[in-house]
Amino acid sequence: MIGRLIARDVRRALRGGAWLPVIFFLLVAATVPFAVGPDVQVLARIGGGALWIAALTAALLPIERLVEPDRADGVLDQLCLRGISGEEVAIAKIVAHWLTFGPPLLLAAVPGAALLGLDEPALIRALISLAVGTPALAALAVAVASLTAGLRGGAALGGLLLLPLAIPLLIFAAAAIGDAQAGALKLEAATALFILAGAPFVSGAALRALRT
Amino acid sequence: MLFEGLDLALTAGEALWVRGPNGAGKSSLLRLACGLLKPAAGTVRAQAAALADHALALDREQPLASALDWWAALDGGSVADAMAAFDLTHLAEVPVRMLSTGQERRAALARVAASGASLWLLDEPVSGLDTRSVELLGVAVTKHRKAGGAVVAASHVPLPGGEWRILELGG
Repeated sequence: MIGRLIARDVRRALRGGAWLPVIFFLLVAATVPFAVGPDVQVLARIGGGALWIAALTAALLPIERLVEPDRADGVLDQLCLRGISGEEVAIAKIVAHWLTFGPPLLLAAVPGAALLGLDEPALIRALISLAVGTPALAALAVAVASLTAGLRGGAALGGLLLLPLAIPLLIFAAAAIGDAQAGALKLEAATALFILAGAPFVSGAALRALRT
Repeated sequence: MLFEGLDLALTAGEALWVRGPNGAGKSSLLRLACGLLKPAAGTVRAQAAALADHALALDREQPLASALDWWAALDGGSVADAMAAFDLTHLAEVPVRMLSTGQERRAALARVAASGASLWLLDEPVSGLDTRSVELLGVAVTKHRKAGGAVVAASHVPLPGGEWRILELGG
């Protein structure tokens, strides 16, 4: 049953502009050298952080299409009628969102890292850091989308909510790219796990509150 | 507070026509019956219900048959009979977003019919339907009641499909 929900959301995302966040990610990464100049050493120093800022801003784009269309069209009501809990819907949406957001972003990180002048060891650290962190970004996006569904200007409000919540993740994730020591990566993984564990419950409660 | 002191029991084969002015709580009663809303006081016990309200709840970019089939697969039913019952078979390959208002209504009713639920909750089921479609709804309702199902419908106009018990809200 959850498999059907995931398949539906993946299908809808692929048709509904799943490539947009990836393009946006690359654009932001490409903008940084223009803003700070082409100095290779400066770029290599800030590259990891810039890559994560690009990932974070790209994560904002899909917020408005994650939950609100299903609320407006009564799909959430129909799922509830069939005894499917808000948490189950949230887990399905998080998995589906990551599938259409995480792997494409990892692929885009390769040219992105080249634009920012990251060398090969840094690129590998960046890929690991993004692989660990993007599931948490997907979970945050679904939670925030559930909280803001049905509100006027929900997408903008979603951005305001998501960015501060993602800051702990951003700190450790960017550090994990810059620092060869594994400490930051472990802290990033812990933060990501915490977000992943909590988000379905936040989202489930928000979906229940939507009905009243 | 929309209404209080409402005591209602519906048995197999029965149909209830909920009437009342706008804002009397007809739609809320339907949502209470299927558990989407919780009553402020009292209890609701009901069989598994299928709801057709103002929301279509079908994926717009999908062909009608696939969109209906997605729900039927969750319910373990099949859509062919329901689509035939509401004269939608020839629209099977048409994307849901291309349907007219009346066709959308019929699609929502077919979604309910395909669900296999014993309690049908219909919010304004005949609005937007032409005379022939109203007849089709009558046939479907009669068949559902004969099979031991029950129907609750909120409507401003008389409904087809046999005798309806009337519940007046906010009158």
